[in-house]
Amino acid sequence: MTTFIRTVASEFAKLLSTRMWWILALVLFGYIGLLAGGLAALFAGIQSGAIDPSAGGAGGQGAPPLGSIPPLIYSFASSVGYVFPVLLGALATTGEFRHQTLTPTFLATPRRAGVLGAKTLTLFVVGVGLGVVALLASVGIGALVMGAFGVDTLLGDGETWTLIGRTLLTMGLWAIIGVGLGALVPSQVASIVIVLAFTQFVEPLLRLASSFLDWTAQIAQFLPGAASDALVGASIFTGMGQAGLSAVALEWWQGGLVLLAYAAAATIGGYFVSWNRDVT
Amino acid sequence: MPVGAVIEFSNITKTFGPVKAVDDLSFSVQPGRVTGFLGPNGAGKTTSLRILLGLVAATHGTATFGGIRYRDLPKPLETVGAALEAASFHPGRTARNHLGVYAIAAGLPAARVMAVLEKVGLAEFADRRVGGFSLGMRQRLGLAFTLLGDPGVLVLDEPINGLDPEGIKWIRGFLRDMAAEGRTVLVSSHLLSEVQQSVDDVIIIARGSLVHRGPLSSLDEHATPHIVVDAPDRDALAAALRAADVPFTIGRSGLVAASGDPALIGHIAFSAGVELSALHRQKSGLEESFLALVNGADSQ
Ligand SMILES: Nc1ncnc2c1ncn2[C@@H]1O[C@H](COP(=O)(O)OP(=O)(O)OP(=O)(O)O)[C@@H](O)[C@H]1O
Ligand SMILES: [Mg+2]
Repeated sequence: MTTFIRTVASEFAKLLSTRMWWILALVLFGYIGLLAGGLAALFAGIQSGAIDPSAGGAGGQGAPPLGSIPPLIYSFASSVGYVFPVLLGALATTGEFRHQTLTPTFLATPRRAGVLGAKTLTLFVVGVGLGVVALLASVGIGALVMGAFGVDTLLGDGETWTLIGRTLLTMGLWAIIGVGLGALVPSQVASIVIVLAFTQFVEPLLRLASSFLDWTAQIAQFLPGAASDALVGASIFTGMGQAGLSAVALEWWQGGLVLLAYAAAATIGGYFVSWNRDVT
Repeated sequence: MPVGAVIEFSNITKTFGPVKAVDDLSFSVQPGRVTGFLGPNGAGKTTSLRILLGLVAATHGTATFGGIRYRDLPKPLETVGAALEAASFHPGRTARNHLGVYAIAAGLPAARVMAVLEKVGLAEFADRRVGGFSLGMRQRLGLAFTLLGDPGVLVLDEPINGLDPEGIKWIRGFLRDMAAEGRTVLVSSHLLSEVQQSVDDVIIIARGSLVHRGPLSSLDEHATPHIVVDAPDRDALAAALRAADVPFTIGRSGLVAASGDPALIGHIAFSAGVELSALHRQKSGLEESFLALVNGADSQ
C-alpha cells in the first residue's frame, strides 16, 4: 500500500514537473472562456431583447428558451472542454514510451500494474483539476456575461451545482480514457491525431447523423461523448432536441457508467497491448 | 556499506520473432570485482541486461540478484542501480526533477538527489532541462540515477560511450572504487580496450551465446602468436613463406606470419637468400584475442 502511495506521488511529480499541464489548462481556460462568454452574450442578448435576431440573420431560431441557457453555457466546460483531459492523459502515457522513461519508471517500481493504476488515479485527479479550470471559464465568465444582460444565472439553483459536480467527475473520467488510449496507441502522434479526429469530427458527425433515425439514435447514445453529455445533463446536442431531432440520452448515472466502462476498457486493454510488453 | 549480491544468469534465451537475440546464456557475476560484459554490436548485451532487470521477459531461463528476480526485490533501487544505453529522460524535466520523480517512487530521501548529482559532477546543472544536455552529461545523469539508492549492485550498459577523456578516467576510477567497497559491478561494452583498464573479469558473448568467461588475464591464452617480418624485397620474402607453407597476411610494417617462432621464420628467409629488415614477435593484444573469440563464434 505504501508502495502505491509513493507511486501515485511519483506520478504527480512527473506530471507537474513538465509544462504540459499548465499549457493545456491555460488554453482550456481561454477557449472555454471565449466560447461561454461569446455565446452567453449572444443568447442572453437575444432573449433579453438587447440583440434583435432579425437583424443578425438566422441566429434567432436556434436560440434556446430562456431557462436552458445557463446550463447550456456552463456545460461547455465538459461538452467542449473534454478533449483537454483526454489529451493530457494520452500525453502522460505516450510520453513514457516516446522518451523511454518507462525504463527508469519500471526500475523504480517493477510492478507495472501498480504504476498504471497510480497513473490512472493521478490523471483522474488532475482531470478533475482541469474541470475546475474549465468551470471557472464557463460558469465564471458565462454567469458574469448573463448577469450583465439581466438573465438569471441560476447559480442559486441546486441543479446548477449538480451539473458542476458531474462536470468535474466527467473531466476526471475523460483523463483516464486518455491514459488508456495512450497505452492502446503508444505512438504519441497517432494518439493525438486519434483524439482530435474522434472528438472534433468523427463523433460529432456520428451523433448528428444518427439523430435522424430512432434506432441509430439508440446506439449513438452509447458513444463516449454522448454518455459524457448524459452524465453532465446538458449540452449543445441535448439542446438540439428542441430543434425536432430525436436526441435520446441515457440517464446521468447510466452515462457515468458507460464512460467509466470506456475508461476501464481502454486502460485494461492498454495494459496488455503495450504496458506489460518488453521495454527495449 | 551496501553489500553486493551475486548476479546469476541461468539458461537465458530470448527470441524476437525470428531473431534469437540471446541463446541459452548462463554465467554469474561476483561482488567485489568489476566484470566486463563484452560482445560486438548486436551480440545481445543490452537484451540480456534488460532481461536481468525485468524490463524484457525472457523466453526461457531466469536471471537473479542473490537468488531474487528483479521484480521481486523489496527495495529495487536500494539493491540494484542500473543505467541502460538508451537516454531515458523527458527533455522538458530538469535533472533535479528527473531524479526526484524516481526518488519519490522508491521512497528515498529528497537529499539523495543533490548528493548523487554532486557525485557525478552535475550539481551546477541540477535545474537545467535535460533536453539541453550533451551526450556525456546524459551519461552522467544516467549514472546519477544508478546511485540514488546507494545500491550494492551496479549494472551499466555502455557507460563510457560519449564521455570525454576526463570523464572516462573518472568512470574508471569510479568503477574500481565501487568494486573495492564490495559492490558487484557489471559493465557492458563492445570494445575491450574501453574497459580493459578497469575490469577484473570478462564475460564475452557473440550472437547471443557465451564464448568466454574468466579473469581478464585468461584472454592471453587465447591470443594467437604472430611474427612480424619484413624485407627490402618483400615479394621474395612472401614467396619464401608461401613455399614453406607459413600462412601470413600483409600488415602495415611488413608481413604478419602466423607462427610463434621467430627462429623458424629467420631460417626460412635465410635458406631462400632473402635479406631481412625486421623480425620480431608481435605483442599479442587482448583486443585481438577478444576479436578472435568473437569471430570464432561467428564462423561456427
Ligand atoms: N525489440 C527488438 N525487436 C527485435 N529484435 C531486437 C529487439 N531488440 C533487440 N533485437 C535484436 O536482438 C539482437 C541483440 O541486440 P542487443 O541490442 O541486445 O545487442 P547489443 O549487444 O546490446 O548490441 P550493441 O553493442 O549494438 O548495443 C540484435 O540482433 C537485435 O537486432
Ligand atoms: Mg546494446
